[in-house]
Amino acid sequence: MEYLDFELPIKELQEQFEKACQIGEESDVDVSNTCKQIETKLKETKKEIYKNLTPWQRVQLSRHPDRPYTMDYINAICGDSFLELHGDRNFKDDKAMVGGLGKIGNQSYMFIGQQKGYNTKTRQYRNFGMANPEGYRKALRLMKSAEKFNVPVVTLIDTPGAYPGLEAEERGQGEAIARNILEMTRLKVPIIVVIIGEGASGGALGIGVGDTVLMLENTWYSVISPESCSSILWRSWEFKEIAADALKLTATDMKKQKLIDSIVKEPLGGAHSDRKTTFITVANAIDKAYNELKDLSPKELTTKRMEKYANMGVFKD
Amino acid sequence: MPWFKRTKKGIQTPTEDKKDVPKGLWYKSPTGKVVDSEQLEKNFYVSPEDGYHVRIGSKEYFEILFDDNKFKELDKNLSSKDPLKFEDNKKYVDRLKEATEKTGLKDAVRCAVGKSMGENIVIACMDFSFIGGSMGSVVGEKIARAADYSLKKKIPLVIISKSGGARMMEAALSLMQLAKTSAKLAQLSDAGIPYISLATDPTTGGTTASFAMLGDINISEPGALIGFAGPRVVRDTTGKELPEGFQTAEFLLEHGFLDFITHRKNLKRKINLYLDLVLNRPLREKTA
Repeated sequence: MEYLDFELPIKELQEQFEKACQIGEESDVDVSNTCKQIETKLKETKKEIYKNLTPWQRVQLSRHPDRPYTMDYINAICGDSFLELHGDRNFKDDKAMVGGLGKIGNQSYMFIGQQKGYNTKTRQYRNFGMANPEGYRKALRLMKSAEKFNVPVVTLIDTPGAYPGLEAEERGQGEAIARNILEMTRLKVPIIVVIIGEGASGGALGIGVGDTVLMLENTWYSVISPESCSSILWRSWEFKEIAADALKLTATDMKKQKLIDSIVKEPLGGAHSDRKTTFITVANAIDKAYNELKDLSPKELTTKRMEKYANMGVFKD
Repeated sequence: MPWFKRTKKGIQTPTEDKKDVPKGLWYKSPTGKVVDSEQLEKNFYVSPEDGYHVRIGSKEYFEILFDDNKFKELDKNLSSKDPLKFEDNKKYVDRLKEATEKTGLKDAVRCAVGKSMGENIVIACMDFSFIGGSMGSVVGEKIARAADYSLKKKIPLVIISKSGGARMMEAALSLMQLAKTSAKLAQLSDAGIPYISLATDPTTGGTTASFAMLGDINISEPGALIGFAGPRVVRDTTGKELPEGFQTAEFLLEHGFLDFITHRKNLKRKINLYLDLVLNRPLREKTA
């Protein structure tokens, strides 16, 4: 288990707890009372820390190395029913963007999401969850195929951004994202979007237009990362915490601005501290969202979706 | 022996009699060519010396594209709010105020309807001089309303992009303008109304990742910078030297993302030629 800087008091107590238990096992000393005391304190400390997270701390949590990634969710939610599908039919198969068909209960869904790696090798293989244009085109191919067979789409968002590479520009990163955004506004099947980690800008929105947009409690979604915002506006990376505040990028802020539909609660200590509960909560949230959408006709669905986005924005008339 | 000899000594011109060159009388292009401003204006703000297309704004593009510079501006008074109370080194509200004072503009886009070669056309033109042509709620809303106007009156739409991307000071609200504008363009496309995207120097970030790349035709001017990630970001991320001409209009044409590049003097004629052809109407006069 890895701990973030603000989680250090938790780490300390956890270690104390484990040590005490070990002493109990290895000797005849009765430590059950001590263990219980530490456990209570651990719970309280966790509650205290997680109750008062700053936006920057949530950004850190969204990038926690133990946090579940897209395939973890899909595998847990769909089990053996998941069938991964590959390729954009034009150029290649982008490993940073995964997708395929799977079931939640009796309902089939087309799952699409950015995938990060869990160690150096797989991080490179997945390009740190930064898709190239072929990734967005793969996603669009899968969405169009879902539309053809009237299968609802679920996208799971976790990306530090679309890849800003030389070849990505040659192959039209901007066009690929723009095309996805446009096509998603008029796709004739329900689209449920879940932000499970980082929601960075166009790279996120490129698979992020939907009827129901959900954000996990410890994720962020904005037009730019706090680090890049700091470097552009303050001309230094040092202001990332202030930038995280200023950007109003947490789930609560996004809900307040009516840019997302609801927040999915994470277990105490974050999604990674109790993966099983997280997976069940997310599966239920998808199921619930689908049930609210499934009876709408394609026309109603797209009209409502377009209206929702048409209403986003604050200005003086 | 000097070939010119000053005969009178101590000739001095009082300051007030000195012939000063008024500011803005000359324009110096990036290659160092100096052009007379009046000549530049007559030449569609293109340096006759080296063909350099000077960055211009909505005022100039309207002048170039609308007949006799006659048009009706749409949603003229829409202006920005500061919903996030955003502040970096400067308050967003102060930035807006300064930009308005400096440019005389309300925000980074102006929309208008008028005749171009005798037929109606709706033009939304961005102004880079207003906070880098960045797209916030106002830009999104004005473009969406211009598209609505096109849709209702069945008039072709032209969007002239010139923008650094989404406006950071409106954070996620800016990001959602990508979806908002694209949704309107989807409706326009379903209704079969032509939409022409003219991407001008520079068009980057969120603008490229939405309306600038979604035209029935995407066109540009010579040498314009067009890209998703800016050149500096690409260089810093990849650690690679960028090839000559990277992210220029010519580069995009070569890679298949533009239909054509046109000299500004032919812009009006070419846009209208496309409309006549795609709408299967009789061709209009060839003179712009």
